[in-house]
Amino acid sequence: MLANVEKRTLLTVITEAVIEQSLLRDLEKQGVRAYTVSDARGRGSRGIRDAAWDEVANIRIEIICQRAQAELLLSHIQDQYYTDYAMVAFMVEIEILRGEKF
Amino acid sequence: MIDVVVLFFLFGLLAGLARSELKLPAALYESLSLILLLAIGLKGGEGLAKQALSPLLPQLGAVIVLGVLQTLIAFAILIKLGRLGRSDAAATAAHYGSVSVATFAVGANWLMTRGIDFEPQLAIFLTVMEVPALIVGIMLARGVSKDTDWRALAHESFLGKGVTLLLGGMAIGWIAGPEGLTPIKGLFYDLFKGALALFLLEMGLIVSRQIGELRKRGAFIISFGLFMPLFSGLLGLGCASLLDLSVGGMTLLATLAASASYIAVPATMRLAVPEANPALSLSAVLGITFPFNIMAGIPLYHYFAVQLAGAL
Repeated sequence: MLANVEKRTLLTVITEAVIEQSLLRDLEKQGVRAYTVSDARGRGSRGIRDAAWDEVANIRIEIICQRAQAELLLSHIQDQYYTDYAMVAFMVEIEILRGEKF
Repeated sequence: MIDVVVLFFLFGLLAGLARSELKLPAALYESLSLILLLAIGLKGGEGLAKQALSPLLPQLGAVIVLGVLQTLIAFAILIKLGRLGRSDAAATAAHYGSVSVATFAVGANWLMTRGIDFEPQLAIFLTVMEVPALIVGIMLARGVSKDTDWRALAHESFLGKGVTLLLGGMAIGWIAGPEGLTPIKGLFYDLFKGALALFLLEMGLIVSRQIGELRKRGAFIISFGLFMPLFSGLLGLGCASLLDLSVGGMTLLATLAASASYIAVPATMRLAVPEANPALSLSAVLGITFPFNIMAGIPLYHYFAVQLAGAL
């Protein structure tokens, strides 16, 4: 059993690759200091997004932070992006090492 | 006789419609567009090194006016006849006021195959005509409001991948001149047609995915996709004859005017006018206008250019 495990929240945002730059800039303004971005494919209410070319490419952004900050970020992106962009965002409770990092 | 590169497009289109497993790696598509953009830039820059640049300025002014005019006319048609919402009309109009590098490349290739010369500044026209429609489109959708982040948009439009590569290629071509370019001619000039053929194969696959969307859109958007390039092409021919271009130059400027953007404009519009439906503009541009231009439009514009040059 690991002794120094701490609870944090993982916020995952799956959205259109076209808004990557502006979304990341926005998240940084909201105080996000670290994140991981990966390319993603899938299908949803906006059709097949198979990353065959830029306009239908998706990305997945993952942010590990405190629960309170994750909630703030989630409501911020809901206000700013949900109506006009293909976007799915969700939170999961996770356990991490090195709590001072997140 | 249909050009061989266009056959690759048709192959991709049919394979896509038949739901073939065929899929080009995304990195290949990116690399091919990089080679095509640089090759067009290099060729333009090389030609420009042989002539004085100052007479070009009024010509650039003329093609900027051309791009603005096309956007405004397309907007009026889409609002009045198509009864589209303001944002959708503005975003779609911006696509049609701007230009498509792929269509330009097919047009240039069509002329080169037939040994018809065109002026090197057409490459600059291509670069310059990307931008005015974007700005007009955003202003039509938004009005001149304080909310618009013009700095970010300027960055997006002037330093986007396409414009950067074209300008970089032109600068290198201009500095190096014909002799300096000899060592890299193999990649950028000799392989141009092969790269274009593969690129168009992928374009065929992309277009095939628009057909379903197009069925949902109905007659207006289909007829707009056919009418607008014809109208813009004639406008381009008029502009070209005012600028005293050769028949090849007239054909290519008409092709530029008739073409509609499907890379730079959709990406920027998605950010600047997010409420506009991107599927609407793309289905018209890719499903109708692009195939029409490369298969029927370019020979037609050339025919008109010959008639017009004969009449003058």
